[in-house]
Amino acid sequence: MSSSESAVAAKAPLPILQLVDVYKRFNDFNAVSGISLNILDGEFLTVVGPSGSGKTTLLRMLAGMEAPSDGNITLRGELINNVPAKERPTCLVFQSLALFPHKTVGENIEFPLKVKNIPPAQRKARALELLQMLRLPESYYAKNVMKCSGGEKQRVALARAFAYDPDVLLFDEPLSALDYKLKKVLEKELKDLHRQSGKTFVYITHSLEEAMVMSDRIAVMRAGKIVQIGTPETIYANPEDEFVAEFFGEVNKFSVSLNEEWGWFSQDTESSLTLRLPTDWPGSEQATVIVRPEYMRFATSAHEFDNVISGTVFNEYSLGSRIQYQVRCGNKSVLVEIPRTLARNAAPDEQVMIGWNAADAFVAEA
Amino acid sequence: MARLQVSSGLRYASPVLIFLLLGFLAPLVTVVAYSFASPKSFEVFTSFTLANFSAVFDTTNSVWTSFVWSLGLAAVCTVLLAIIAYPIAYGLNHAFGRYASLVSVLFVFPLFVSENVRLYGWVQFFIKNGVVDGVLNSLGWGPAPEVLYSPGITLFGMVYTYLPFMLFPMTLGLSMVPQDLVDAAADLGGGRLMVWREIELPLAMPGILIGMLLTSVLAVGAVAEAKILGGQSVITVVHDIEIAFTYAQDWPLGAALAVLLVLIIGGLTLAVLSRLDLDRVLGRR
Repeated sequence: MSSSESAVAAKAPLPILQLVDVYKRFNDFNAVSGISLNILDGEFLTVVGPSGSGKTTLLRMLAGMEAPSDGNITLRGELINNVPAKERPTCLVFQSLALFPHKTVGENIEFPLKVKNIPPAQRKARALELLQMLRLPESYYAKNVMKCSGGEKQRVALARAFAYDPDVLLFDEPLSALDYKLKKVLEKELKDLHRQSGKTFVYITHSLEEAMVMSDRIAVMRAGKIVQIGTPETIYANPEDEFVAEFFGEVNKFSVSLNEEWGWFSQDTESSLTLRLPTDWPGSEQATVIVRPEYMRFATSAHEFDNVISGTVFNEYSLGSRIQYQVRCGNKSVLVEIPRTLARNAAPDEQVMIGWNAADAFVAEA
Repeated sequence: MARLQVSSGLRYASPVLIFLLLGFLAPLVTVVAYSFASPKSFEVFTSFTLANFSAVFDTTNSVWTSFVWSLGLAAVCTVLLAIIAYPIAYGLNHAFGRYASLVSVLFVFPLFVSENVRLYGWVQFFIKNGVVDGVLNSLGWGPAPEVLYSPGITLFGMVYTYLPFMLFPMTLGLSMVPQDLVDAAADLGGGRLMVWREIELPLAMPGILIGMLLTSVLAVGAVAEAKILGGQSVITVVHDIEIAFTYAQDWPLGAALAVLLVLIIGGLTLAVLSRLDLDRVLGRR
């Protein structure tokens, strides 16, 4: 494992894959329209976006199953636009896993080795090694792959990908069909496997949670473009716009306009309201103030926070370790989320004050 | 009460069961019984002899040659059809795009016309002063080579007639190969031939085997091609059975031939079906 250690130690962020202004057109439809992206050697990059945002097309171009209509893809500086999948040091783990149903677990894992004409004894040794690495019992070597459970199939698909020994592993939502609990386990295993192997992982998902748990960096895609790219923390705390903010969890939104007399002014709530915004807002006179529920607090006085509004408790939702309250401020519903340890026994229709500090909000163009 | 109770499954199945017993099993039993009756007699159920079967295997007799012809022609026809239909089936799945349904219709269309009529059409095509010969003569390149009334044209007729029965099961079989698996195999470094041999062919095999089974069963029973195009240059086993039951009035011999044919086809069918997962083919799983 010396290679993985050195990869972690000398984390020189060299790009292994570079995309420059890449387009993919299907007839008149731009599935991917103008993506420039550096994928760093050894990083775990997750691409998230709603369905139809072009993320799978992007991945298939990296794998070599689609050629870009325009732009360049380079691998360690070499142009690979038209290099077919089988000649690329990349390996795609399909959403369907694409296991060969007529082959055993062992034959599945050995397939890339068979292609390379490696003798059977060596193939078997490597397959058993990989089974161990993925925590599958050796007896699974001769098992019918279709008789494996969902999680086991997942591991077989990973073992097969590792048998190919690619520099870059590409994942197309491979966990989407699994139940929640197993998904949580495999997310962490996948991240451990990334650390252990030192390989570059590019992972596609529409699940924010998966992206948050595993990624070094997250790229958010929308309508064929990358809207924002950064660490999970950056994207969560400083989303580029409303779309990214909403994609990464629940938000409270207030539309505000600049008024000469009162400053930033919102008419969303029952009584008109002057809001204090984060100081760095340079934008236009119309804007949207976005506050995540966990930055909302119950206030005891009108001056406890930068912004305080009053309303009535409508409902409460238990989220396990946290509790969410829906507070109605006129026609506006505001979500307040606090740890269970700070839970208040709010009676329905109780009059409350809620507030937040300006620095905890972010502002987007209206 | 309890003694009279019949399970509802049996009750609902009984009409079909009675129909099958009367319409299918009874004639079959009669044919089997006839095959053990004294030669050239109608002493069914009253005599027992193996003479009819030994007559079939008697090499001084010519009956066995019809078996050889039928089985040989069926085997060659099936292999030829597999080779011819594979590229078309592949095209229907992957290459023809929006023309695929048009091509399918073109292959189905001849089935709406009686087989005999189509075979007589081919006779008109190949006969002396027919379409081919006439055109070549008028161009001064005639006369056309004589192709009618030979084993070769019989084989041609069979390949022509049974093409749809190979093509459509095979197309279904190829469509059952998920594109993801082919892409994955190529992504893992597999070359075109490797992916075909390791992934596409084994996964399409159920459809291919059903196609081969259908065509070989039909081809073993072929008679019209040999009669009309082949001009009786080849006597197939079904033709022999027909002769035995009609002109020759030797029902026991005809029955023995029929029983042997049923055994051969039944054995073949069971052998192939035991290798197939019909539920998967029919999409039930």
